[in-house]
Amino acid sequence: MNFPQELFYTKDHEWISFENQHALVGITDFAQKELGDIVYLDIPSLNKIILAEGVFGTVEAVKTVSDLFMPVTGKIIEVNLMIDKTPELINQEPYSTWMVKVLLTSDDNKGSLLTADEYKALIGK
Amino acid sequence: MKESVLTPIHQHLGAKMAPFAGYNMPIQYPTGINAEHDAVRNGVGVFDVSHMGEFIIEGAHALDLIQRLTTNDASVLSIGQVQYSCMTNEKGGIIDDILVYRLEEEKYMLVVNASNIEKDWNWIVGYNFNGAALTDTSEFTSLLSVQGPYAIDTLQKLTSVSLKDIPYYHFKTGMMYGIPDVIISNTGYTGAGGFEIYLNRNLSVEMWNGIFAAGRNYRIRPIGLGARDTLRLEMGYCLYGNDIDDMTTPFDAGLGWIIKFSKDFTGWRVLQNQKNKGSKLALVGIIMEGKGIPRHGYRIMNSDKEPVGIITSGTQSPTLKTGIALGYVDINLKAPGTPLLIEIRDQFYEAKVCRLPFVQSKVK
Repeated sequence: MNFPQELFYTKDHEWISFENQHALVGITDFAQKELGDIVYLDIPSLNKIILAEGVFGTVEAVKTVSDLFMPVTGKIIEVNLMIDKTPELINQEPYSTWMVKVLLTSDDNKGSLLTADEYKALIGK
Repeated sequence: MKESVLTPIHQHLGAKMAPFAGYNMPIQYPTGINAEHDAVRNGVGVFDVSHMGEFIIEGAHALDLIQRLTTNDASVLSIGQVQYSCMTNEKGGIIDDILVYRLEEEKYMLVVNASNIEKDWNWIVGYNFNGAALTDTSEFTSLLSVQGPYAIDTLQKLTSVSLKDIPYYHFKTGMMYGIPDVIISNTGYTGAGGFEIYLNRNLSVEMWNGIFAAGRNYRIRPIGLGARDTLRLEMGYCLYGNDIDDMTTPFDAGLGWIIKFSKDFTGWRVLQNQKNKGSKLALVGIIMEGKGIPRHGYRIMNSDKEPVGIITSGTQSPTLKTGIALGYVDINLKAPGTPLLIEIRDQFYEAKVCRLPFVQSKVK
């Protein structure tokens, strides 16, 4: 299982990458493996500001439904449209398949994000 | 937690294991539910369903007892035949849905759901007034279900019993892969065709390996309980505990065809009454018109957004790539094509009643 060093992670198994005032958010390799075949992504939060640790959407595998939590506070400004037609991309390429693009509105929660090594320790890998 | 004898094999194959009905069972293998589902629809797959329960009922009073306990008419069974049936309580509620095998002149096997083994056993013992001989063989029996269009070719390599001469819902007892007294049953829970193999649990590892060797050219795969659920749901088959339980009657669940009023059974009067008056609810197939995946417990609305029922099983159909479900709706809404709305996370998604099965069955 792969956990890129340049990303940050949450205990809820999201990853986040930062570029200036923007961030991309997805789920980790560990999360996609736990879920199994992903078949649907539901993001009703486009153009809304979601607080850190708030639910921004739902990911559905064949047999499971799992909420998605915001790693930081920000406005959802884009949803990855590729996932709509090919949700299996999340299984195949969990780190290049970002789910939402976020405009950061606060630095509140940045300090509580995990590094790759901290996340690996959390999930026991 | 109970274990199947095959558990070390499942773990070696990398299966995700989870507790199911008190057993540690394989839910899915590393390639995932969709690949497993596809293997059964188009190739061949093997399920370890050794958690299922098996009871032997024998003696001069065996048939009387089965007739009293079950709604279908077991007196029509010839030796080598299987029947889908259910046991009902005094209120007509379903205690369990079961298979009845007539093994010999006065010897039957009931196959019951793993989650109901203890409940069923106590119920049967409580009605055994005339002393039929009862044996719970669940702990000694393994059940391997080999399903898919290449199941017959795979298994035929392992036995001299002519499998094509075993009709649907019939079985033969014979030698398979050198193992004697194996029940080879043309049944399944997938609609893909295939056989269910009952054998002594001490020989099940050997049988598993034999089946996989025989199926190598057909790209045989192990299949977990996850795909078992998506496969049965595409057929509209009920799952006990989800779609049917002690509070639902066979009529509610669309199982009126397994009730035979020509003989007496527990719940006869209530069910006869319900037949005359009609059910208030009906279990129907539901298919999404567009997006959204219906799940157990979601509310069903009519087109005016008034609640009219509840989803009991739902998934994304791996074959249709669309959300499908079973659910109870008001009896007036049971006609195929009736528009419905499914409430998913506070939003309403369009759906309609769909004739079952969702995917064409390969069995007669």
